Amino acid sequence: MAIVRPLDPIALRADFPLLERDFGGRRLAYLDSAATALKPRVVIDAVNAYNSRYSANVHRGIYAIGEEATAAYEAARAAVAHFINAPDRREIVFVRNATEAINLVAYSWGRHNIASGDTILLTELEHHSNLVPWQILAQERDADLEFVPIDDLGRLLQASYEVLLRTRPRLVAFTHVSNGLGTINPVREMVEAAHAAGALVLVDGAQAAPHLPVDVQALGCDFYVFSGHKTLGPTGSGALWARRELLEAMPPFLAGGEMIREVHLRRTEFNDVPWKFEAGTPDIAAAIGLGAAVEYLEGVGMDAVRAHERDLVAYTLDLLPQEVPDIRIYGPQDPDERGGVVTFNLPEIHPHDVATLLDREAIAIRAGHHCTQPLHERLGEAATARASFNVYSDREDIDRLGAALARAQRLFNGPAVH
Amino acid sequence: MDDLYRDEILDHYRHPHNFGTLEAPDAVQEGSNPLCGDRITLMLGISDEGIVDEVAFTGRGCAISQASASMLTDEIKGKPLAAIVKLGSRDVLDTLGIPISPARLKCALLSLDTLRRALADRVAWEASTEEVPV
Repeated sequence: MAIVRPLDPIALRADFPLLERDFGGRRLAYLDSAATALKPRVVIDAVNAYNSRYSANVHRGIYAIGEEATAAYEAARAAVAHFINAPDRREIVFVRNATEAINLVAYSWGRHNIASGDTILLTELEHHSNLVPWQILAQERDADLEFVPIDDLGRLLQASYEVLLRTRPRLVAFTHVSNGLGTINPVREMVEAAHAAGALVLVDGAQAAPHLPVDVQALGCDFYVFSGHKTLGPTGSGALWARRELLEAMPPFLAGGEMIREVHLRRTEFNDVPWKFEAGTPDIAAAIGLGAAVEYLEGVGMDAVRAHERDLVAYTLDLLPQEVPDIRIYGPQDPDERGGVVTFNLPEIHPHDVATLLDREAIAIRAGHHCTQPLHERLGEAATARASFNVYSDREDIDRLGAALARAQRLFNGPAVH
Repeated sequence: MDDLYRDEILDHYRHPHNFGTLEAPDAVQEGSNPLCGDRITLMLGISDEGIVDEVAFTGRGCAISQASASMLTDEIKGKPLAAIVKLGSRDVLDTLGIPISPARLKCALLSLDTLRRALADRVAWEASTEEVPV
């Protein structure tokens, strides 16, 4: 096994201009990276360079900056392909985010492959973006949805999964890492089982691609999606990876310019993949920014990113119960099974009140259902608080979180002063 | 921290006024913020003269939503509908007396919104119940 050079969050912090901003004499303890990540200077510079030096459209201009724009856009595609070890850059479709990627698959692949009575197998962990598109498709096609249940620690029940595969689903779609609980799912094993049952597999990598090494060939899945803005890239960037033959067989999702080869009044010949799926002028700056972001992450090293976040999870799971003895922490308690997400509730304090009190100390966490309402129903909670990490997070952020949670607990528990 | 969650808010949250249900309410309305899971059920007893002579609520949620419901039920108890329809967002936020950030306005105004909907088929509301930041 290769030696992983540890990541130095204090040195890396200098790469993130937002962390230089003053919040009442403190830097921001940004613990909401699962919602969106801060942007390193190389990403901001890449976006600015496009906008200020060569902001031409792609695949059109027969002039210098048009060719520069096309080259940078396609280089970003190659960078994204390399980042997830896709065998061919033409298997990368640029989209706005993971949600759009899943919708693309649901509309394009789904409407041509899911028929009445077919089953789509999902899980109780899914983000709404990997649930609602399938609900709409199932309603439209009179197809069935089934769900792999979780245990009380938020891990998918693999025995139930095996049983549900006997329904011979056409598609299995599940998250690589849960945004609600941090659960890291055994993707490779689940893909093998799904393929053995004759299903294709879509993996939602929104919380995985930014945080651990992803190799789509090793995972063996058929579709892999992730959001650029959670991967240190700009908002409006994201990627769908699918095996070439699937993309070739899929009809276009959106139609218009760019996705065509020849257009006549009554018929059109579509462009090759992936451009067939990129109708209209894309978010060129965002795609170029995403390319810079994944190159930055590769420079840091995804093994190092994972080791760093695992360390932060272990530290948090250890520290918070010391600071607030009655805290309830949801999800896997073993840092090896958990991505950089720690979800919790304090007794008798609504997570929104927790988040508001923390905000007063320049600590940003998420409070709510994190776009996983069915998961929260399963947990029996309307809402939870969530701290989530990225390369720039460090133990000091978590120390501040722990101390602020203890103060919040004292404020709500303490006797009212008259 | 303390100025935001002043003692009165925490008192109302821990010991909400008018918390419970009515046996034979004239109006019942549920309200919720799906985003945060704040939830209240408001019950009103309304006399023939148009006086809200009984009021009760149950609910679960953040301190701001529950304290706001507690304070609002205090405010409307015994009042004629003609006065209640003059209650606007500004009044509710003034009563709370703490700075409410835009993200928390829905929490603060859940009770007013629920009250307005409870009375929707009886009266026309006069005051603005829009989410206007203070």
